Amino acid sequence: MSLVFAAVLSFGLLGLLLGLGLALAGRRFAVETDPREERALAALPGVNCGACGYPGCGGYAHAVACKGEETNRCPVGGAAVAASLAALMGREAAPFEKRIARLFCAGGKDKCPERFTYKGIISCNAANLVGGGHKLCSWGCLGMGSCADACPFDAIAMNEQGLPVVDEAKCTACGRCVLACPRGLFQLVPQSKRVIVACSSKDKGPETRKICKVGCIACRLCERNCPVKAIAVADNLARHDFKACEQHKVCVQKCPQKTIVVFPPSS
Amino acid sequence: MRLFAIFFGAMIVNNILLMRFLGLCSFFGISNKLENAVSMTWAVTFVMAMASLVTWGLYHFLLLPLGLVFLRTAFFILVIAALVQLVEMYMKKNAPGLYRALGIYLPLITTNCAILAVAFLNIDYGYSLLESLVYTVGVSGGYGVAIVLFASLRERVDKAPVPEAFKGYPIAFILAGLLSLAFMGFAGMFGIQL
Repeated sequence: MSLVFAAVLSFGLLGLLLGLGLALAGRRFAVETDPREERALAALPGVNCGACGYPGCGGYAHAVACKGEETNRCPVGGAAVAASLAALMGREAAPFEKRIARLFCAGGKDKCPERFTYKGIISCNAANLVGGGHKLCSWGCLGMGSCADACPFDAIAMNEQGLPVVDEAKCTACGRCVLACPRGLFQLVPQSKRVIVACSSKDKGPETRKICKVGCIACRLCERNCPVKAIAVADNLARHDFKACEQHKVCVQKCPQKTIVVFPPSS
Repeated sequence: MRLFAIFFGAMIVNNILLMRFLGLCSFFGISNKLENAVSMTWAVTFVMAMASLVTWGLYHFLLLPLGLVFLRTAFFILVIAALVQLVEMYMKKNAPGLYRALGIYLPLITTNCAILAVAFLNIDYGYSLLESLVYTVGVSGGYGVAIVLFASLRERVDKAPVPEAFKGYPIAFILAGLLSLAFMGFAGMFGIQL
């Protein structure tokens, strides 16, 4: 009986002693944190995708609370999170423009044929390594769906043409698909800009025309006819300047290859 | 001479990581950068030294007289956990960068089997206070040697053309095995068995 008593007493006393010591040490080594940082972290989505440019939501919350970072950097949370962050910090809400991942290729199975049949690991990276890819176009989409696999929000689905389709309601512009595509076909484009040159081929015009029915042949018709000079051809490829583009859609009508597409307005 | 034998045996011949295979989670977790490995060694050294001092005293002046030897695991873990908490608080205050770099491995020193093993071995080998202190320093020195060697190797391997399938932990495991084989060459040196 006395053994049990001794055990309980000595163990309890030791615990008490260590606890008191730690309590004192805790006061001595207390770290003052900005309470707004925790609240900012709670307001963020917590996906830790890194699309804001900081290592996870914690890093961004710290930057907003302690370093005066803008409140509109989180593409996942969008305007709502930007507004609540601004309210927490007592600052003006910076305008937030939603961006969408866009595929700069339209060469599906019908438009751009295959050079050979690829039978291997279902991964764009793997397919890209086999003889420079099984697509005739060495710039175009391989259609193995690595972007869809990488998307943490389930916003990308592959269509029957073997091209990824982005669901605008689900896309948060986290940029995982941009990194996942071995051919770099994804870009994050402001959602309001809906006219896109759906091609990434830098092959010369005649080459592209042989390979793909909807590839950019660098004819410069768009460049010459744009009323606001918002599209230019460089390296045999037309690209919009999204800041300047006012979406007159002249380029869409002039394009002989129908490379320039208009996404229907989102609901 | 006996002290030297204890020290050398603890550090090289019976290296805690490469010969006894204790404390391996931090060995793999924190050895991706040399800098972090060195700081982890300091943290482990501090906790180990303090823990073996306190547990030695606890064992000889409290547990033995009261006949509570069967409770030693619980007592020792309590002491180690408190010490780790102390180190964590100190680091959070004075080295926040290091605190984040060590991440979960810092609180995990609590359950690092190497620390508890040293506390037990001190008693099982019947060391005096001085001997157990030397032994502890030897063990933590051995931990440092192994993890620093391993981290430098890993930094180089990271830049080497390793086959895709072996990148990361697989090649690290192979590396650790080779390092361990090399250390087995020290077995029985100076007649140290321990």
